[in-house]
Amino acid sequence: MLRFIVRRLLVLVPVLLGLSIALFAWVRALPGSPAQALLGERATQAQIEMINRQMGLDQPLYEQYLRFLGKVVRLDFGTSVQTSQPVIDEMIRRFPATFELGVTALLIAVVVGVPLGYFAARRNGTWLDSATITGSLIGITIPVFFLAYMLKYVFAVKLGWFPNTGRQEARMLDVEHPTGFYVLDGLVTGNMAAFWDAILHLVLPAIALATIPLAIIARITRAAVLDVLNEDYVRTAESKGLTSGVVTRRHVLRNALLPVTTVIGLQFGLLMSGAILTETVFAFPGVGKFVADAIPTRDYPSLQGFILVIATLFVLINLVVDVAYGLIDPRVRVR
Amino acid sequence: MNNLLDVNDLEIVFSRRGRKDVRAVDKVSFSVAPGETVGLVGESGCGKSVTSLAIMGLLPKRGVRLGGSIAFEGTELIGLPQDKLRRMRGRDLAMVFQDPMTSLNPVVPIGTQVTEVLVRHRDMGADAARKEAADLLARVGIPDPSRRLKEYPHQLSGGMRQRALIAMALAAKPRLLIADEPTTALDVTIQAQILELLKELVRESGTALIMITHDLGVVAGMCDTVHVMYSGRIVERAQRHELFAHPRHPYTGGLLASIPRLDQPRGERLEPIQGSPRDMLAWSQGCAFAPRCRNRVDECVGEAPVLAPARPDHEVRCYNPLGGSDDR
Amino acid sequence: MSLGAAEAAITVAEDHGGGVWREAFKRLSRNPAAIIGAVLIALFLFVAIFADWLAPYTALAPDLKQIKGPGHIPGPTAEHWLGLDDQGRDLLSRIILGARQSLLVGVVSLLFGMIGGIILGLLAGGLGGWFDTGVMRLVDMMLAVPGLLFAIGIAAMLGEGLLAVMIAIGVVNVPVFARLLRGQMLAQREADYAMAAKSLGVKRRRVILGHVFPNSLTPVIVQGTLTLATAIIEAAGLAFLGLSGADPSIPEWGRMLAESQRHLAIAPQLVIAPGLAIVLAALGFTLLGESLREALDPKYRR
Repeated sequence: MLRFIVRRLLVLVPVLLGLSIALFAWVRALPGSPAQALLGERATQAQIEMINRQMGLDQPLYEQYLRFLGKVVRLDFGTSVQTSQPVIDEMIRRFPATFELGVTALLIAVVVGVPLGYFAARRNGTWLDSATITGSLIGITIPVFFLAYMLKYVFAVKLGWFPNTGRQEARMLDVEHPTGFYVLDGLVTGNMAAFWDAILHLVLPAIALATIPLAIIARITRAAVLDVLNEDYVRTAESKGLTSGVVTRRHVLRNALLPVTTVIGLQFGLLMSGAILTETVFAFPGVGKFVADAIPTRDYPSLQGFILVIATLFVLINLVVDVAYGLIDPRVRVR
Repeated sequence: MNNLLDVNDLEIVFSRRGRKDVRAVDKVSFSVAPGETVGLVGESGCGKSVTSLAIMGLLPKRGVRLGGSIAFEGTELIGLPQDKLRRMRGRDLAMVFQDPMTSLNPVVPIGTQVTEVLVRHRDMGADAARKEAADLLARVGIPDPSRRLKEYPHQLSGGMRQRALIAMALAAKPRLLIADEPTTALDVTIQAQILELLKELVRESGTALIMITHDLGVVAGMCDTVHVMYSGRIVERAQRHELFAHPRHPYTGGLLASIPRLDQPRGERLEPIQGSPRDMLAWSQGCAFAPRCRNRVDECVGEAPVLAPARPDHEVRCYNPLGGSDDR
Repeated sequence: MSLGAAEAAITVAEDHGGGVWREAFKRLSRNPAAIIGAVLIALFLFVAIFADWLAPYTALAPDLKQIKGPGHIPGPTAEHWLGLDDQGRDLLSRIILGARQSLLVGVVSLLFGMIGGIILGLLAGGLGGWFDTGVMRLVDMMLAVPGLLFAIGIAAMLGEGLLAVMIAIGVVNVPVFARLLRGQMLAQREADYAMAAKSLGVKRRRVILGHVFPNSLTPVIVQGTLTLATAIIEAAGLAFLGLSGADPSIPEWGRMLAESQRHLAIAPQLVIAPGLAIVLAALGFTLLGESLREALDPKYRR
């Protein structure tokens, strides 16, 4: 198992190195000089010269790259054009909001998607099955931002059930945030009003963000359960007269959920793309909103930093998923 | 009646919307006495496996119509509620399937797959079940059973897996065991071992066995009574020795002639049955075997023959059965 | 055996290729999802192609007499079926003209992605060895960056312009096609007919280009249908974020949606109309693509 993890980690090295080269090249390929790209349009001539010297643009390219790599390894991604703060600080400050949103969305997707897919497969050919297939196809084709607006219009603007924007009501500004995860903060500080407020703010964006992963998870689960139900070992289990609960849990789900695990890991990228759009619609102050704001302000250092961090997280998450897969599937474990 | 199992006029029809109904089993009747070993023989598609699934109550509910009766110790199984069936399956009647490679759950240890039967049907605690499971594995000839219990199916060879499946089937001491082609997927050298094991186990425990096979060679070694099926009907039945000595149905004759024998004179060729099971007639149009039959006569097309006594304790469904006393 | 005979044998082995498609179409024509998809696509193509002729008004000229003061957004009337937008322009006409833009961006970016992916996949699957490894690492790398973020990066690098957006969306889809084609080619190379050709001494390049490659294209075509839907959605997403690239006078569904969001409370139709247009167009290609995949999948054949 350890060998397996080490081998997988080694594969990551060229991918991440390649990515850093690509992003290094990206900044140089941006319109205008790198200094301008990093400083934005408001840069003065003096600033540009200073940056050029600082960045050692007079030195050979590989040395420039090594310098860049050295900084990146130390998590130094430069200064944000939007806020003039170090990019890494901006990221750390906004990360909890996006993490909270993403985890909630993934939770919704799994908790609704897996049972939906399971029952659709069990009642294969009935209205529930057709509704699940149709619903998941529509779920995949609705643009996240359109769905977000519709949710906002119906449930926030018209019905007023949920807040319109943000993570927190203005009147809660003085609430303490020891962790930065507002739901958790409410619990930790025992402030139930703040806890409830944080949850209300999460509901609509999380549903919007959950739609596509939910549709995908429901479909994969349905297909996997259909496959497993036709397996000989399920018939063997039935022939042993086991209760339907044992057959379902031990023999159907334990096998059918293996492919679902892998797919859940792959949702990270979708969630990040979706967070950029959802957070924009709900003015949710997370990483995604920051990326969206980086476009009109040409905040390239932020974009560069975000892409690197998010891609690294993505490959690490998939490594974790692979290892988890190995732990549940004995056939992989031995190899 | 003191039979263990009575199958009477069993009918199994597969019907799917937009397609023609398929009558897989057509008025099949047979009985199994306690401790008896019965062979159900025929080519694939003749309805023998479907019959066994019907007895186990494992046919899907949708798209299948069952007719007739299946009585186990006097209890009618057709139409019995699922929860009652679940309590009988594995405890009173159990089954071993054809392919040991796919019949075991790949992500659950062998031990759990054995103990779950004991926990369910013999009210055993986890520890007692584990001990009993090890004993069971030892009884079916798996060496080092306590280690094997922790292993997963892919760590076992095909023969070992089939032994494990037999252990699971016998775990709750059922009175009837159905073995559906239990050796077909195995290496030839392993086949004989598994058959020998089955034979021994059912003799020791007094379990009745329905042996489902396409191979008369398997039947010869172990069955008391043999039923030959063709296209969903029983075409011939007799005691084993009677059947082998005096096969009357041309299909049975064909099956016997296609078995290679060591005592066969050199140069004599094996005689295959012509055609394939696909070349058949509907029973409503005559004898289903007629298109492939060497003994065909005019009557064979038209009204189907009935199963009638040909010799004492020997029934055959044929207008022109194979000749008198010792024709081969 | 002569080479000619070998060729004949291989052709026979491959012949099921055409049959598979014919059979798939037969199955498609019985599948309601496929029919709905095809109808939606036909409608979308029709509207996009004849947009100028179908649109009741020009997309630019505001109908000022309808506007009764600043901030007034007239809803649906007999003259303007979907009402006017915040600048007094006919919404229906803008939706119709927007179809053309969506189709253009969708198709061109799909072509970029498909061609790029096919070249990479063909080289990786055909050449194998270190080249294959290199391409697969590149693919891993590209797939590690979330699609939208990737597209934003490329579009930013290429600067303003419609072409930049189309290339950006295309590049994001390159790894999908590359991986799919490579995997398919590796599987096809092991297929009986390819082994037969190889054992008969047909040249490797000829086996790969003449037989393995064309036989591996089926899933790529299916994926193309599905990707057209995601390309339309991705383009709308980029436009929503301000990266539409197109001339602001040309209506674009994603941008229309983004620009109307401040009027959501008083004129939700301005958001709903372009949103539904995107959903219906994408749904058409998704339904057809999924049905096609199902129809070609041997697992569903019975």
